[in-house]
Amino acid sequence: MADPILNVQNLTMDFGGLRALDHVNIDIQQNEIIALIGPNGAGKTTFFNCITGIYTPTDGDILVTAPPRSGAASKTERINGLKPNQVTEKGMARTFQNIRLFPNMTVLENVMIGRHCRTHSGILGAVFRNRGMVKEEQAVVDTSYQILEKIGLSRFVNDLAKNLPYGAQRRLEIARALATEPFLLLLDEPAAGMNPHETRELDELITRIRNEEKVSILLIEHDMKLVMSLSDRIFVMDYGKKIAHGTPEEIRNNPMVIKAYLGEECDVEG
Amino acid sequence: MMTFTEIKKSFLTSLWFMFLTFPIMVIRVNTIEKQVIWRWENMWYVGIGSFLLSFAWRYFLRRKERGGNQANEHIANMSSSIQRIFSRRRYKIPAMVAAAMAVVVFPFVMNSYQTNIMITALMYVMLGLGLNIVVGLAGLLDLGYVAFYAVGAYTYGLLNHHFGIGFWTVLPLGGALGALFGVLLGFPVLRLRGDYLAIVTLGFGEIIRLILENWNEFSYGPSGIAHISKPSLFGIKLSFSGEINYMYFLMIGMVCFTIFVVNRLQNSRIGRAWIALREDEIACQAMGIDKTRTKLTAFALGATWAGMAGVIFAAKTTFINPASFTFMESAMILSIVVLGGMGSIPGVIIAALFLILLPEYLRAFSDYRMLLFGAIMVIMMVFRPQGIIATVRRNYNFKRAEN
Repeated sequence: MADPILNVQNLTMDFGGLRALDHVNIDIQQNEIIALIGPNGAGKTTFFNCITGIYTPTDGDILVTAPPRSGAASKTERINGLKPNQVTEKGMARTFQNIRLFPNMTVLENVMIGRHCRTHSGILGAVFRNRGMVKEEQAVVDTSYQILEKIGLSRFVNDLAKNLPYGAQRRLEIARALATEPFLLLLDEPAAGMNPHETRELDELITRIRNEEKVSILLIEHDMKLVMSLSDRIFVMDYGKKIAHGTPEEIRNNPMVIKAYLGEECDVEG
Repeated sequence: MMTFTEIKKSFLTSLWFMFLTFPIMVIRVNTIEKQVIWRWENMWYVGIGSFLLSFAWRYFLRRKERGGNQANEHIANMSSSIQRIFSRRRYKIPAMVAAAMAVVVFPFVMNSYQTNIMITALMYVMLGLGLNIVVGLAGLLDLGYVAFYAVGAYTYGLLNHHFGIGFWTVLPLGGALGALFGVLLGFPVLRLRGDYLAIVTLGFGEIIRLILENWNEFSYGPSGIAHISKPSLFGIKLSFSGEINYMYFLMIGMVCFTIFVVNRLQNSRIGRAWIALREDEIACQAMGIDKTRTKLTAFALGATWAGMAGVIFAAKTTFINPASFTFMESAMILSIVVLGGMGSIPGVIIAALFLILLPEYLRAFSDYRMLLFGAIMVIMMVFRPQGIIATVRRNYNFKRAEN
């Protein structure tokens, strides 16, 4: 088997005396859809924040092996302590649990921001509008629009992001993340607050992204139906520790998982 | 029915006002003749005045709230239709030609006093556009902007005083030094936002002013630097009015240059990054934008314009001292940006002309200037918080994917 594109080993994160993550190991192969589940406060979002550079983990290794693209040989890098923008540049883009769009920019501009780290024009380019810059700018607009079409948001192009319906805002976050050309997409509760119809659409969308864009996906989700139907493998966390990992079928029947979610059976008579 | 309760409320307000102002408006004690004069008629003026004002206030507030979205949309439609008209070539070119004519003819029609006021106003347009980058686009509240203005002015003042270096050499130098100080301020405040940032920048502005005031060997302290030479025009000797006209056209040129550059920056990759930074810092970083670099470029590019405006200021007044660079100036420039509409270039221009020219033409009311100023600010914030001309996001032309 090839190197996992993301290999997290013994990831530990302390907030003062509180150990939010305790030696977590997770690996993701190319083109996999992985779900990370667990009760509230299990450390799922902390895990996300650690690997995307918002927090610097106390201990452990986050190893990234970008899949070979355009013939370049892939090499493994340790990305602990990189800034969020550098992590995105490496090819890991994320969405947020509570939507974090740029509310007063248009939908297209939101996606264009995603192109920022793949383009280079600077101050002088902006002022003089030389040919290279104009071309790059047009390319940014075109690619961004194509991404919107793929995600099915093209009819909102020139609307302000804050005026979009809720489900569309969630999808716009995914579109914006895709614009950074990631090989791994990290979705933090993408279905939160969606109605069943929107969730079904999201299910299709995520599968389609994986198949067409060749992007691996790691998602945190509470909607078990979505998790079970989407994911290839599931990791379960509780109290900062990984308590189980396996296929949806294995997880469904794992007593540890059931215990974490429903609590221990207590013997009243004993 | 609605109006009845409103009248009642306004009536109570006016009663309350009459009661509050009773000691100062009605009673007057003549201490020499030991007499108390009762001026009951003043009470009526206060009562009727406050009743009308309060009623008008309530009326407009209600209309705004009830019409809420409708009224706002109406205004938005109106302003966007104005912009649409001006975006059409047929109207755009004649309008621009007319504006250009007015600008060119202005100094020859008006006297030198008017031209001088206009030069000052144009200087504030430039400062406003510069601060607009920092506050309006990047969303970094900077209360010490005048520091960069002072840096520019003293760059020219000192270089001219000691080495006799001319205006045109120092102009880019002032801009560069402004940018350098922008970065110097930017580094320590990278982690700050909002109120905290405002306080640190306020402190920075005061530090620069206090250094200039107290470091006598360097800046000649409060007595300032005099006899700074005016800008030269290929060594031609100009008459008094000729000098003013020259200054005026120089300023027009600089403002056009500023508008050109700021407009292009705003619609570029960097401009978008600034706006994204203003909208949501964490998301902005997660989308691959280098926060440090983006903030520093915003500070540096904003300060550049203040530096250049400072050089021009020194050349115009030929005398500078620290009293010209107080917090009042920063507040004034910030008001221009807020009143005009954050991030909107035409808004900033209109607000600068309005705020600088109006006090000059209303000299008769100069005692009430600050009062009026405050009232305008409050009214704007209540009824039109987005500024005189709100920014309209740009639409792009794009190729549809071929299916």
